[in-house]
Amino acid sequence: MRQQTMRERGSARARAIPPSGIRKFFDLLLTMEDVISLGVGEPDFETPWNVSEAGIWSIEQGHTSYTSNKGLLPLRQLVAKDLLARYGVGYDPEEEIIITTGVSEAADIAVRALVDPGDEVLVAEPSYVSYSPCATLAGGKPVPVPCPEKDEFRLTPDNLAEKVTRKSRVLVMNFPNNPTGGVMGKADIDAIADLVVDHDLMVISDEVYSELTYEGRHVAVASHPELRDRTVTMNGFSKAYSMTGWRVGYLCAPKNIAELALKIHQYVMLCAPVMGQMAAIEAMKNGEQEKDAMVREYRQRRNFFVEGLNRIGLPCHLPKGAFYAFPSVAGTGLTDQEFAERFLTEKQVAVVPGSVFGGSGADHLRCAYAVSREDLGTALKRMEEFISGLVRA
Amino acid sequence: MDGKDLEILQLLEENGRIPLGELAASLGLSEGEAGERIRALEAARIIRKVTAVIDWEKAGASRVSAIIDLKIAPERDFGYDKIAERIARFRQVDSLYLVSGVYDLQLLVTGKDMNEVSRFVSEQIAPMDHIREAATHIIMKIYKENGNQFFEKEGGERLPLSF
Repeated sequence: MRQQTMRERGSARARAIPPSGIRKFFDLLLTMEDVISLGVGEPDFETPWNVSEAGIWSIEQGHTSYTSNKGLLPLRQLVAKDLLARYGVGYDPEEEIIITTGVSEAADIAVRALVDPGDEVLVAEPSYVSYSPCATLAGGKPVPVPCPEKDEFRLTPDNLAEKVTRKSRVLVMNFPNNPTGGVMGKADIDAIADLVVDHDLMVISDEVYSELTYEGRHVAVASHPELRDRTVTMNGFSKAYSMTGWRVGYLCAPKNIAELALKIHQYVMLCAPVMGQMAAIEAMKNGEQEKDAMVREYRQRRNFFVEGLNRIGLPCHLPKGAFYAFPSVAGTGLTDQEFAERFLTEKQVAVVPGSVFGGSGADHLRCAYAVSREDLGTALKRMEEFISGLVRA
Repeated sequence: MDGKDLEILQLLEENGRIPLGELAASLGLSEGEAGERIRALEAARIIRKVTAVIDWEKAGASRVSAIIDLKIAPERDFGYDKIAERIARFRQVDSLYLVSGVYDLQLLVTGKDMNEVSRFVSEQIAPMDHIREAATHIIMKIYKENGNQFFEKEGGERLPLSF
């Protein structure tokens, strides 16, 4: 008996979350040379230099201590101003905004602030991989809500209604979406609002790709008047300002929820790194031009890459946001896992199998176009060779 | 000139050898239309020339460049234009600007060695009429030219796979 206790040491919750879906892949990739990786989930630009300078300057000036748990007030004020100007959502920088260590932390504390053991957490899928484990760790039960290609990877009221139960407590969504590039327009958010209200759901909305929107403007979930007080909005600086390694994001919520999240944040994180916060202030003040240039570059690469995918026979809807293309491999006779594994071994190009992002991502590949044009061109060529090899075989 | 033309110019400025097909697809244009736009931009002399940025030091070809500041006595009716156009005609002058501040004209001059550059300045430029003062700054090292950094840097490594 003693031995079994030893072996099973570790919490049931931690044991319940699955290991990374790309571990095997990652190990394989590390043994190979000259791999082009379309498997990255971060921008290929360096942080704009004025932003990095602000971080360096903050260290030189001796800003190396804790900040307020909520984060630097000037940064929260800039965030509040920005959300109001861009998306028409008003948050009180004193009471309703918390600067977090990236959106990853925000997702964790938001879920923990809202979920009790046994609660069901609806997760619009395909999705970024951390929401369901966060729900499990909070004792909740993740329930995937499919957002299939035929709906342009949007969350529809029909699909939501099918998964909602009396135990549903929270809906997690991420638009512009990683991995599909799908976006929710105003009409799409209007369409699910009644369901959210009728079932008394809270929404956790990860909008970290909001600035990478290529057709029209991003619509914040909280900009819907009925949803404002039911939504935790999460965003950050990683994608819009190429600041992934700085680990700065933020969480905005109505005061009562923000207070709960803040309690968790102060015990588990204390505060986001101060240099990152100082750099983020500079990004918000003077980062607009660099961001616009980056968005233009991504839009061009997207057009080039998606046109190429469709041309070589991997049907791909035009992603309206983020920096991922999500082509279908259904016509190749291979599953997404088989395709990705063989493509890596035979052609030295890494992509991420769509099923890693949830069942409704099956038969698709996530290809990040946050890589140089040259690499995108080469990857397309190799993909074309690989596919024509399949047809002949 | 519209938004697409602007993007064509930005793409070409970044990479003058971008394949036409890639440029067209990036902007959602057909190759024919993209080619037509480029020809029109060339015809309008908006695209002046497509060239290469070269690290001549690395190429082992010895070249010396200097920035020359000139104070000019402007001419009635012509201002600085006449003298500037005369200076611009020299093959050795790569760039020439009218600038504000203590000096009036700023030149970038290139020659095969220091001797050639200084002889060019002292024998051809300095003695010209209307030039009151010349200051020569030999360029000792190039760190960045036309938006291109010439120093190698390590750069961070991105994870090859991440979510």
